[in-house]
Amino acid sequence: MADKLFVSSSPHISKSESIRSVMWTVNIALLPAGIIGFYIFGIHSLWLTLVSIIFAVGTEGAIQKLRNKKVTISDGSAFMTGLLLAYNLPPNCPLWIGAIGSIFAIAIVKQAFGGLGRNIFNPALAARAFLMSAWPHHMTTFTKPFVYDAVTQATPLSLLKEGKANSIVDMGLSYWDLFIGNRGGSLGEVCVLALVLGGLYLLYKKIISWHTPVSFILTVGIFAWAFGSKDGFFKGDFLFHTLSGGLILGAIYMATDYVTSPITDKGKVIFGICCGLLTGVIRLWGGYPEGVCYSILIMNSAVPLIDRFVKVRKYGSVKVSG
Amino acid sequence: MNRLWYEFSKGIFKENPIFFIVLGLCPALAVSISVNNAVGMGLAATFVLVCSNAIISAMRNFIPDKIRIPCFIVVIAAFVTIVEMVMKAYAPALDRALGVYVPLIVVNCIILGRAEAFASKNPVLFSFADGLGMGLGFTFALLIISTIRETLGSGKFAGLSISNTFEPALVLSLAPGALLILGLIIGGIRWIKSLR
Repeated sequence: MADKLFVSSSPHISKSESIRSVMWTVNIALLPAGIIGFYIFGIHSLWLTLVSIIFAVGTEGAIQKLRNKKVTISDGSAFMTGLLLAYNLPPNCPLWIGAIGSIFAIAIVKQAFGGLGRNIFNPALAARAFLMSAWPHHMTTFTKPFVYDAVTQATPLSLLKEGKANSIVDMGLSYWDLFIGNRGGSLGEVCVLALVLGGLYLLYKKIISWHTPVSFILTVGIFAWAFGSKDGFFKGDFLFHTLSGGLILGAIYMATDYVTSPITDKGKVIFGICCGLLTGVIRLWGGYPEGVCYSILIMNSAVPLIDRFVKVRKYGSVKVSG
Repeated sequence: MNRLWYEFSKGIFKENPIFFIVLGLCPALAVSISVNNAVGMGLAATFVLVCSNAIISAMRNFIPDKIRIPCFIVVIAAFVTIVEMVMKAYAPALDRALGVYVPLIVVNCIILGRAEAFASKNPVLFSFADGLGMGLGFTFALLIISTIRETLGSGKFAGLSISNTFEPALVLSLAPGALLILGLIIGGIRWIKSLR
């Protein structure tokens, strides 16, 4: 009888999940979009991705060694930072941009704040913002898909911003082109189909919840539908704005980053809606054609506030009135 | 003599106004875009610091305690006016480059801080040495920050182009770059100190 009684402290329900398994699952879910990106933009984009990953993992290892910490490069988090950074770069930008971006992401955005779990901002996105303000020329020159000769082509969103085209028909594209990735854009953001499949896999594995991506994407779409047209309210292009730019990549893979997003479901919805509003404002009225990166970064800094706002009431505690 | 040397040398490294006391960041971040601006700003601030320290120290027994800050400001403002006029007359290009930051030396925390913390309590000679050391320490810190920012941020050193193939990172000559570089330098110094 005595050996049938287990006494242990909570939590009593545990899963075999670890940082390592979560990170590598996300990496696997990200892969298809990248492979299609390599196919669309050519071999240079593959080298760019490899350089980013190698420098991210190398920097992580070197700094953990210097700080006399346990070297945890095999947990896949640095790998994911490098991969996501490469997905956010224009496919034809020089390799050293990927290298510097990865070093910045790991050394300054992640390790300078104390390593995995202590970073305020998403490393890959912060590195992209840094590169964007450091070398704007390289970061805004995009190549034409399926022409492996560095022929430049503006992204649909920048065509819209510069007023060169007012609708998707003017650009000579269809929604299907946007959905499968036949357009100019960053390396990993173009193929929405692959990104959504990866996202569904993550949902199935319960790595991410639907709250942030759905609220984020819907908010951007509805915002664009309401305000995105010059003809009046509620005549904007819902599908165009949800399918173009880095929205799908950002909403599914970067706004759901465990470290830099709220903990509770309610918090996640607030986070997603605010990201969506900021993205819409930047896209329609701001200075940049695309606002996903900046909106997620801005909301990253508001995560502690959101977490405090939606704090879960402890079981048994009494609400203090007044 | 030893005390004099101590008061002079502490400002340059051990109590460097930028890296250790972390005062006067506003001009330090704003004018450290180029080495020329930084040295001009540093020397102007040094002159004001030395003169105001000496005068305030000489008058420390006459200044009523309750209105000491306005008295300090009047002395400092007088010397800043001198610097500004001299700069306008003999170095107009530098004056244009520094712009509003020359008159703003009046409210530079280092100068007021040294007047309050040191000159109002110590004899003239030591105050003079303290002002000189702090001023040179400020200039030294500005020189380091501006060297990094100018070489990496615009590919030049003191206005001369370094290399044609190097692509400068624009962000370092903008405001975020200044904060980034200053933060990394202070962090680096703390890290080296922690190793000992």
